[in-house]
Amino acid sequence: METSTLESMVTRSYMSRREVEQQSFHVLATLLIPVVALLLQVMLPRISPRFAILDLPLIVTLFFAVSRRSPIAGTTTGAVIGLLQDLLSGMPAGVNGMAKSVVGYAAASLGSRIDVENTATRAVLTFCFSLLQSVLLYLIQRRLLEIHGFRVLWLHELIRAFVNLLVAVPVFLFLDRWKRSE
Amino acid sequence: MEFVTRFKNALFLVAVLLAQAIALAVQVRGPANSSEPNGEKVRLIRLWVIGAVTPFERGTHAVGSGVQKIWFNYIDLRHARQENEGLKRQVAQMRIDEAAIAEDALQGRRLQALLQFRQRYVGSTVPAQVIGNSATDQSHILTIDKGSSDGLRPDMPVITPDGIIGKLREVSSSTAQVVEINDQTSGAGVILESTRIRGILRGTVAGRVQIGNLTADSRIKPGEHVLTSGGDQVYPRGLPVGVIESIKPDPDHQPYMAITIKPTADLNRVEEVLVITGIQPDLSEQAQQDLATAQAKRAADLSAEKLPGIHDDQQNNRPPTAGDTTTAPGSSDEPALKAPRPLPAIHPDRYSTGATPPASDLSPGVANPAVPQQIAPPAAPKARKPTLPANTPEQQEPQ
Repeated sequence: METSTLESMVTRSYMSRREVEQQSFHVLATLLIPVVALLLQVMLPRISPRFAILDLPLIVTLFFAVSRRSPIAGTTTGAVIGLLQDLLSGMPAGVNGMAKSVVGYAAASLGSRIDVENTATRAVLTFCFSLLQSVLLYLIQRRLLEIHGFRVLWLHELIRAFVNLLVAVPVFLFLDRWKRSE
Repeated sequence: MEFVTRFKNALFLVAVLLAQAIALAVQVRGPANSSEPNGEKVRLIRLWVIGAVTPFERGTHAVGSGVQKIWFNYIDLRHARQENEGLKRQVAQMRIDEAAIAEDALQGRRLQALLQFRQRYVGSTVPAQVIGNSATDQSHILTIDKGSSDGLRPDMPVITPDGIIGKLREVSSSTAQVVEINDQTSGAGVILESTRIRGILRGTVAGRVQIGNLTADSRIKPGEHVLTSGGDQVYPRGLPVGVIESIKPDPDHQPYMAITIKPTADLNRVEEVLVITGIQPDLSEQAQQDLATAQAKRAADLSAEKLPGIHDDQQNNRPPTAGDTTTAPGSSDEPALKAPRPLPAIHPDRYSTGATPPASDLSPGVANPAVPQQIAPPAAPKARKPTLPANTPEQQEPQ
């Protein structure tokens, strides 16, 4: 018994921080949470147009990316959610897909290096990645698609990042219940 | 191999980005397709995704509208009857007004026919409920609960009674996506109502509506109404679009101006819309009936204007008092189009209205008893002067 405990401790000492804290989700949660986020994103502006400033798919992408701490999983999650968002919004498929792929990759890479369970860290992460997504969307639409009239209203993007931050903190706490530690 | 293992995460990201970039390039490969960023395969996937989401949207909308209906039915029930009667009167009045306008339009059509111009009228519409919005505020898309099974096709115009909303893009069997006029991929041909200057309407990134292909013109002023021109072959001519809100130089497209339009329809709160499914060269049956009614009414009004009034009541005969005020023409208190009656003379004489007794009471060669004795008989040329209305300047002069 003592030997097995010792072995376990030795094994853990050789595991990286990412491997120790890597968490998974039930398949249903993996499928349903993004779908619900997309549905809410589509339907909330019907209640009030002000809700359009929220980006629930981004929050969900961030949550899965930092929880799984796998850049490949983060990239895939971001790409799938972003593509679905594009398809539902009438935009060319790939605009949000590319932006969220990068966000997912970056969040997962960062999540394996810093403590992302802390509320303050999560808030800062959401704020920064929301702004990063705005920059990426600007680059994709202005440089890749060459939409000449495309401009970014930076004050609006700052407000969006702040609103996402406010919403992300309770949403992260709620989604934490769906985690399964490995 | 070691390189791949070491940088597998970054390589995976690059591969995903590359695949999406190629997909983007395929979708928007030419300027002609820029407003329709859909290849056939992408369109199919898009329809699948919309189809998968639609049942949830329908369910939520049904529950929400059900609760809303129950609540508002309860609130509105008490005043429903009075409101209904008021609205019916209003509709009747509006139909008469509309018919009068249609008569003017008919005259315009006759003139257009002389010029071989073909006008198009809204023939048939399909009402639809908005059940969903865009999944991002970068685009302005609505999802409605009617699709190809209801006769909808891509590019059909979508309107409300207030003004145009947009046009259909993706149409599945039971739903359709509407691109609003403030979406950056939308466009519409418009005309300024008073100056008749034509322009192209476009949406902006900020969700505003602008005309961006006009140079500075002193005739274009804020407050002017903007209508559809019909030149885009999508929207019928003459539908309200909005009002000019501001005119500024466009820094990106000199020397053009950025003319911002405030849409007459509230694009942020669209609940029900009408999809124009058919356009016809003639007026609808209802409009033609209204037109006939208006023409009959107008003929009666013209007769009433030209013939003496036979239904003048005491109200019209009574002399004016100090408290009387002028009623605005067309107000409901004033009987419309009755023959005017002269006011009583300030200084009556034998020429004044009512001063002469009926012919049956007069005897040849006998002086008229009604004529005051102090009034001297008029001179011969003056006697032949025709009778003037009592309030003309000649009669108001001192005797």
